[in-house]
Amino acid sequence: MTPASAYPVPPRPATVYYFGTCLVDLFYPDAGLAGMDLLRREGLKVVFPQNQTCCGQPARNTGMYEEARAVARAQFKAFPNPWPIIVPSGSCAGMMRMHYPELFAGEPDQAEAEAFASRVYELTWFLVHVLDIQLKDKGEPLTVTWHGSCHSVREMGVTDEPKELLRRLSNVTLVENPREKECCGFGGTFAVRMPEVSGAMVTDKVASIEGTGAAQMVTGDCGCLMNISGAMAKSGSPVKPRHIAEFLKERTNG
Amino acid sequence: MAETAAASTFVERAHKVLGNTKLRGNFRRAMDGLMAKRAAQFADIAAWKSLRARGAAAKRRVLARLPELLEQLEANCTANGIKVHWAETTHEANSIVLKILQDHDARTIVKGKSMVSEEMHLNAFLQKHGIEAIESDLGEYIIQLAGEAPSHIVMPCIHKDKGEIAELFTRHIDGQPYTEDVAELTDAARRVLRSRFAAADAGLSGVNFAVAETGTLVLIENEGNGRLSTTLPPLHIAVMGIEKLVETLDDIPPLLSLLPRSATGQSITTYVNMITSPRKPGEKDGPQEVHLVLLDNGRSRVYADNQLRDTLRCIRCGACMNHCPVYARVGGHTYNAVYPGPIGKILTPQLDGIAVAGDLPHACTLCNACVEICPVNIPIADIMVRLRREAVHPSDSPAVMGAGCKHTATEAAVWAGWKKMYASPALYRMGAKMMQRFGNMMPGGMPLLKEWTSVRTRPVFAKKTLHELAKEQGYSDV
Repeated sequence: MTPASAYPVPPRPATVYYFGTCLVDLFYPDAGLAGMDLLRREGLKVVFPQNQTCCGQPARNTGMYEEARAVARAQFKAFPNPWPIIVPSGSCAGMMRMHYPELFAGEPDQAEAEAFASRVYELTWFLVHVLDIQLKDKGEPLTVTWHGSCHSVREMGVTDEPKELLRRLSNVTLVENPREKECCGFGGTFAVRMPEVSGAMVTDKVASIEGTGAAQMVTGDCGCLMNISGAMAKSGSPVKPRHIAEFLKERTNG
Repeated sequence: MAETAAASTFVERAHKVLGNTKLRGNFRRAMDGLMAKRAAQFADIAAWKSLRARGAAAKRRVLARLPELLEQLEANCTANGIKVHWAETTHEANSIVLKILQDHDARTIVKGKSMVSEEMHLNAFLQKHGIEAIESDLGEYIIQLAGEAPSHIVMPCIHKDKGEIAELFTRHIDGQPYTEDVAELTDAARRVLRSRFAAADAGLSGVNFAVAETGTLVLIENEGNGRLSTTLPPLHIAVMGIEKLVETLDDIPPLLSLLPRSATGQSITTYVNMITSPRKPGEKDGPQEVHLVLLDNGRSRVYADNQLRDTLRCIRCGACMNHCPVYARVGGHTYNAVYPGPIGKILTPQLDGIAVAGDLPHACTLCNACVEICPVNIPIADIMVRLRREAVHPSDSPAVMGAGCKHTATEAAVWAGWKKMYASPALYRMGAKMMQRFGNMMPGGMPLLKEWTSVRTRPVFAKKTLHELAKEQGYSDV
């Protein structure tokens, strides 16, 4: 069964933009590319503007609105056509879809910001609701657990979509983490402003993931992924952390 | 505790708690329990959303015309025989309370739970003037014995376990043997407090909701102590922040349904007290005189700003604390503020100023767990970001005291550089290249990386960026 959507589902487009996000670009490009491959495999033309950089969230969250707006404007320029913009990160998607309108309120380009925002979709949401992607699992039996990023869940309304995708893989067993929705402690600058509190949060998060007994942890946000996988590596956790796009592509041998 | 906290930062105070495994365990268990209880109360999501919309609307309507409604409240209270006083500062409020008590020769007062009186630091003030104030809420009584401040606005001693309370009681209550039996401990407190209720010259309480239409003060509680402290003594003084208002009695039911269920997961509180006047001729109980002190303490400044105003919708249920992953790790005292947790992170800097509480809005990952459960739908995360902005922007904010005081040339320069790099695609691509080549060679001891690697391995820059991979894989650029 397809989960209920938090907002209206647009018609299937012929062409989409892909916004890779700066963390994906520098640290997880394979995850980013996997998302593009999945979309292309579904018959869409995927455009990756080379002039894209960052959504501006770090500045906005620090209170540097002018700086955030300047960077957002660079994205308006890089994504000029009215195609949907697909983002493999709930956090950056949330910034662009939910926060651009308020960030540009009263600015001369407010309408442009709002139009841009309304074109932004989180990858797994788009795969489920717009493409209704069918996945043929070619992998070995495997148990995984899902980590839902705070911004995906609470800003983008992406709740069950990624789990729905995992359920469409016949050989994958999804094990629920009772603390799935609890923040991993990344929070951008929070992780370095309050390292000890953040450290306590991610340590607990790792313990809860390990407690599920799953072999792999799948998530849709590279901020969380960087935080959780870093903590797992440091503590020698047996669980393998993955971005969902890469995981789906591998399982379906895309 | 308070003295050491005063000079320290949030991070330093957090360090102490994070090292205390017993305290951390207490918090974790308590918060897990509270979250589960609340979730059980609001299992029907559609019903929760509609109730929350009603609660939020009631508070929003009040805030749309607060000055006018406060005048209506004053007029109706006065007509009912309640004497109304206005205080702009906590010092004024304290002086008003003191004057009333002195006029009545009162030496001891018994208190129901009131966060505004914590905001006023009323007990210490009265003590200086020779008046003894006894907390009668069990949790407040316990922390009063311990000489501490509340660590939660609804459950003030949630950080203490049975053993600690048993020790406190043995030390402070005559003839009390050490026991961890909760019923026996409660009995011991009850015995002490009973005699206090009867002997007190005055009772002091907070107000959960004041009804402008009728001049009614609504107080909710579980222990009966609120009723005793507002009924037995001949004099009752209620203190409230000016935002604790509703328009009509019809606004009360949804809020009474939201507050205890959000706070403790109870479907209703044991007592709902509605006070509309002092004792009338022929009535058998109730105080002869009732006073209401309305405290501003910066609230009208908050009110003046359209976005920040939403802060004043808060009905003090504490659910945001119970659901905050930061609060669950560090506890209420770490905030060094009357109001801890998410609501405290936005309320405290607005009441006390950014110079005092500017680090609180940063003690947050913006995870939105508080926003998700707030029964009156306060956009806590958005206000948090707004206050971060106020802290670094000198020009732009008469609404917040000390705006711009955290502005530093270094941080401004860092963000100017950031903007330059990310607003210019060519520069960004060049920067990304440099990162690929040299990023993994950054010395581990450098700032940010050092903090990050305290519990994590360092992130590894990929050999090729997505920009490069997309090009290689034939993805179109336009």
